Amino acid sequence: MTALLLFSFGFILEKAVLITVLFAVTLGVAAYATYGERKIAAFFQDRLGPSNAGPWGLLQPVADGIKMFTKEDFIPNKSERWVYILAPGAFIFVALMLSAVIPWGTTLTLGGLNWSLQVADVNIGILYVIGLASLGVYGIMLGGWASNNKFSLYGAIRASAQMISYELAMGLSLIAVVMLSGSLSLKTIVDQQAGMWNVVYQPLGFFLFFVCSLAECNRAPFDMAECETELIGGYHTEYSSMKLGMFLFAEYINMFISCTIIASLYFGGYHFPGLDPGWLGGLMGPIILLGKSFFFIFVFMWIRWTLPRFRYDQLMRLGWISLIPLAVVNMMLTGAGILFFGK
Amino acid sequence: MSFWERIYLPAILKGMFTTLKHFFRKANTVSYPKEQREFAPVYRGWHVLKRDEEGRENCTACGLCAVACPAEAITMEAAEREKGEENLYREEKYAAVYEINMLRCIFCGLCEEACPKDAIYLTDRIVPSDYVRQNFIFGKDMLVEGTTPDTRIDVTVRQKHLTEHK
Repeated sequence: MTALLLFSFGFILEKAVLITVLFAVTLGVAAYATYGERKIAAFFQDRLGPSNAGPWGLLQPVADGIKMFTKEDFIPNKSERWVYILAPGAFIFVALMLSAVIPWGTTLTLGGLNWSLQVADVNIGILYVIGLASLGVYGIMLGGWASNNKFSLYGAIRASAQMISYELAMGLSLIAVVMLSGSLSLKTIVDQQAGMWNVVYQPLGFFLFFVCSLAECNRAPFDMAECETELIGGYHTEYSSMKLGMFLFAEYINMFISCTIIASLYFGGYHFPGLDPGWLGGLMGPIILLGKSFFFIFVFMWIRWTLPRFRYDQLMRLGWISLIPLAVVNMMLTGAGILFFGK
Repeated sequence: MSFWERIYLPAILKGMFTTLKHFFRKANTVSYPKEQREFAPVYRGWHVLKRDEEGRENCTACGLCAVACPAEAITMEAAEREKGEENLYREEKYAAVYEINMLRCIFCGLCEEACPKDAIYLTDRIVPSDYVRQNFIFGKDMLVEGTTPDTRIDVTVRQKHLTEHK
């Protein structure tokens, strides 16, 4: 009971409004990321992309949403009923939870009140991120297993093996970031990049984290799980209507949040040399961060539409034999750098 | 393979740069139906049954086009011209029912070559789409041109190109 008294009504209201706005923005960005993907893919392929639904095809995500809702929603006869129904929910839940620890800006001043722009300023921010990335495997695994389809299971197992392998290299490269900033809290890491971005101190670490994010999002050259969709099945073969829509949507949410985390950890978050994040009443911070995030989303898509995908054994070899030793080397170099240059 | 070749990174970056160049190029897409591609002057499209200068139908239902058609798309029923119909049809025999099945037609133009009465020509119009198979059997209402000057169909471009380049 006393714990409840710690949270005043104003605090709860502030966080509730922030969560709602963040939720809406994340869903909106993910929806238009699908539109952006199709348009960007088209421009890379010398064609136009969706241009029929609304001006420049801007209402295409709305049309896709309506299409998803109006399809027949079936549950296969021999599937594990409740796991089948809840698996997409688990996937999208974990994807959205990651957005809670990202510092979107300094403080927002609206109507004389100061709103902090981070939903949860936990001092174990990075640990939370890695933990949730591990939980993200559950949605895919449960979806593939509950479909009672050998090929779905096969696709799901490959996807989960891939995600687990690349989490290790991701975690190891994050340790180097923690060594530089001395704290696990994301806000501290971002604030310490006000002078110089982390990517300058950690180019190898940034490269490793970027590649592992591509693998975690099941994207680009690492889309083993998706490609089986084209070939045989994959974890979302037996899904239809909005459950399938949730899986596909959650992938884009995952991509957006991963890009934002890359921007926060290595590219200075809401700091930009010459621009003060306190402008426009504090709105400049989120604008800067979203700008960087959109740039990384473009790079994700750029890579996807350039490279052929990895074969499964090449993928596992890359994760275990190439990236983990590189991450360890990165840690050693960072340690040596800190020792000699005392940063 | 050298070290730089084995890590694939320079090759990846070169490929990404190539893709980026394509991103900024103009797309090759033609936004049909807002824009249309230019057809060759001899393009063979939707047929027309022409009338002469006085507005009388040229077609006498002789059946040479139906015989010439490799896809057997043309069918017709002949009829005798009555007393008061001299201004409608040129000769005593005319086609009461004339049907072309546009889904069978291959737009080869052999019917136009076979016609002895300068009746059937192929124009550069595109056959409109439909959802129902039966609506593609075009009768005289879809094929015969109108009588007023603005409903006549001009076939001279294709004919001139054919005769010039014989």
